[in-house]
Amino acid sequence: MFGFLLRRLAVLIPTFIGVSIIAFSFIRLLPGDPVALLSGERVMSPERHALISQQLGLDRPMVIQYLDYLGGVLTGDFGSSIVSKKPILDQFLALFPATVELSLCAIIIAVALGIPAGVIAAIKRGSFFDQALMGVALVGYSMPIFWWGLLLIIFFSGILQWFPVSGRISLMFFFPPVTGFMLIDSLLSGQKGAFASALSHLALPSIVLATIPLAVIARQTRSAMLEVLSEDYVRTARAKGLSPFRVVGIHALRNAMIPVITTIGLQIGVMLAGAILTETIFSWPGIGKWMVDSVFRRDYPVIQGGLLLIAGIIMLVNLIVDLLYGLINPRIRH
Amino acid sequence: MKYKLTLAAALLSATFFASAASAKTFVYCSEGSPEGFDPGLYTAGTTFDASAHPIYNRLLEFKPGTTQPEPGLAESWEISQDGTVYTFKLRQNVKFQTTDFFTPSRTLNADDVVFSIGRQIDAKNAWNQYIPGAAWEYAAGMGFPELIKSVEKVDDLTVKFTLNKPEAPFLANLAMPFASIMSKEYADSLDTAGKKEQLNQMPVGTGPFVFVGYQQDAVIRYKKNPDYWGPAPKIDDLVFAITTDAAVRYQKLQAGECHLMPYPNAADVQSMKTNPNLTVLEQEGLNVAYLAYNTTQAPFDKVEVRKALNKAINKKAIVDAVFQGMATPAKNPIPPTMWSYNESTQDDAYDLDAAKKMLADAGVKDLSMKVWAMPVSRPYMLNARRAAEIIQDDFAKIGVKVEIVSYEWAEYLDRSKAKDRDGAVILGWTGDNGDPDNFLDTLLGCNAVGGNNRAQWCNKEFDDLVKKAKVASDQSERTKLYEQAQTVFKKEAPWATLDHSLSVVPMRKGVTGFTQSPLGDFTFEAVDIAE
Repeated sequence: MFGFLLRRLAVLIPTFIGVSIIAFSFIRLLPGDPVALLSGERVMSPERHALISQQLGLDRPMVIQYLDYLGGVLTGDFGSSIVSKKPILDQFLALFPATVELSLCAIIIAVALGIPAGVIAAIKRGSFFDQALMGVALVGYSMPIFWWGLLLIIFFSGILQWFPVSGRISLMFFFPPVTGFMLIDSLLSGQKGAFASALSHLALPSIVLATIPLAVIARQTRSAMLEVLSEDYVRTARAKGLSPFRVVGIHALRNAMIPVITTIGLQIGVMLAGAILTETIFSWPGIGKWMVDSVFRRDYPVIQGGLLLIAGIIMLVNLIVDLLYGLINPRIRH
Repeated sequence: MKYKLTLAAALLSATFFASAASAKTFVYCSEGSPEGFDPGLYTAGTTFDASAHPIYNRLLEFKPGTTQPEPGLAESWEISQDGTVYTFKLRQNVKFQTTDFFTPSRTLNADDVVFSIGRQIDAKNAWNQYIPGAAWEYAAGMGFPELIKSVEKVDDLTVKFTLNKPEAPFLANLAMPFASIMSKEYADSLDTAGKKEQLNQMPVGTGPFVFVGYQQDAVIRYKKNPDYWGPAPKIDDLVFAITTDAAVRYQKLQAGECHLMPYPNAADVQSMKTNPNLTVLEQEGLNVAYLAYNTTQAPFDKVEVRKALNKAINKKAIVDAVFQGMATPAKNPIPPTMWSYNESTQDDAYDLDAAKKMLADAGVKDLSMKVWAMPVSRPYMLNARRAAEIIQDDFAKIGVKVEIVSYEWAEYLDRSKAKDRDGAVILGWTGDNGDPDNFLDTLLGCNAVGGNNRAQWCNKEFDDLVKKAKVASDQSERTKLYEQAQTVFKKEAPWATLDHSLSVVPMRKGVTGFTQSPLGDFTFEAVDIAE
């Protein structure tokens, strides 16, 4: 298992360097000069433009800029935002817990509903339930997040007034962040009603963000289960007189889980992309919104630093998924 | 679960409004995050609303609801005969805010003014680069480094600015957010502690509200400044709930989660007006959108051609299609809310037959041209492509073929400046300081050719008038000069003026004391909430 871990880690290093090159160069391939954007419609004189470019180090050759950047990253310095002038890592660390909290809730919803739904659909293949479920999953998968989020807000917050419209907690609660996770911080604050408020704020954005992964997981579970349920050993297990719950829950599901876990791992990446839109709609102060704003402002350090940190996290999640395979299927360890 | 959540939400909103009523908390659903809290470093209105207006003051302030500067931290001032020396007398006993992180030991004095302005104009000032890459963009944009020769302390309550040349808009410039006055004592204490960058994160000023805390991209909190030198704010707490999407802001306003919101979607305004819980304020914005011909390129170098094309633009259709009526067609290059707006100029009436004839008389046949459409939505032009399509359609009717082009925003701004640029560019401007110079010389002066002057139009008569107005100190004299300049502009038609958009502010019924600013600022020192 240790050797397996080392092999996986060795692959991560070139991947990380590759990502850093892509993150660094792609944003520079886009048209648009970050220094010129600082002044907007107000024209900047060429002398001033040159001075600011120099102060920001943007006048140096790309290779030097990249090596300098990489050197900084290796020592934990991701640079500072051109616009806000704040260190990237500080901003990332302040915003990332919000994205993780939202994504975790969403993935819990997606897994908790997606896997049972997929299993039931597979067992009742061809039934009304199966067809309805797969129809709903297809709709969920195709739903534009922006529209779906707004629809939920209008219905549940605007008309029914069951949930707050946006934000992470009611404005009446004010406590300094300890972990950055609002659910935990609200409990730690000891303020009455804070946890319930945080939870009610989390509900709609989690549902929106969970929609696509839920659909994908349900469909994937269904097809994996169908395949496994037709295997000989399942028929043998049934023939032995095992209870349907043991056949499906223990024998079939465990084998069907391998592709499902892969899907869940991949959905983490999809979710971070989805978080960009979800966070925008629900005014959720996470990294998605921060990155989008930075792209529009051509804030190079934020985009490249943010991309690198996000990529690092996705790589880490994939590594964990790989290790989980090893736990479920011992053959993979070798 | 459903019922529990409903109950929790109900309890929360009840508690929120109960506490809001007892402590009078005003919630503003702001449209974005501030870039920082040192207004000198930034140019965005969103940043100024969160920093300059609640926390700081300036030597002069714009009188609420107008673009007229009035005494702020400076009680009075004198201007030398030649218009180059401004001597300001500061208000006495103005206290800086006491916060959790700073307790001032003295009141406002001339050192604070010298510090606040000096760091922005002198590259050698120890605070010029307190944040690496600090560009002091607004001070540079208003020409402060070249204009101000020196800023000196005469005595504790007297400051003297010496200019390199007379400049009439200087007083208005000092009322702009970037010229906010900061505490030198606080800056010194940060310097000693080796935490200079904190000046941009934990602000201390003399304004009506004290900064309490900022949770990035989510909430900014302020409380009433008990030591404020001006009329005491009527609310106890001010909260900015950052909500970037306009549709979501509207939902929050409807749900009572905030009291006031900026920048609604044009499509929502009608429904806001019929909502019994809301009041909608409207005012013409201090802006203009225009189509700038390149007056150095044939055939647009001919006045008759420009006039003919202007006659073929249906501005009413643009205003209706792009703004759903939330704008007015523009005839002058400055908005009607600005002093010196010339009421007597005649706009080129929409008349396709006359336009066609004028083109034929000018000897122009089978004209093909480009119309540049901005890729972004700005307050003065929400959808440039739609406007360009309307222009394209109209021009086709007089035999002019239009190709619509667009570029990424920074590219667009850069390429459209080129002196040999082809075609006509849709662009616009939002006023900085309410001074006509900020439109007429900035956008149409000879020295702006190759820069902000997208028409590349250098007309001696016009330029002489605006340059003369820039140095005249008497406002009635300046008004006359600017009115004449607008007449020349209309006669020469370097632009087709398109629209002035309306600024629309929806708020909850019961909110009182809010005044719309023609400059687009959102300030809350006078607001109150009916209980």
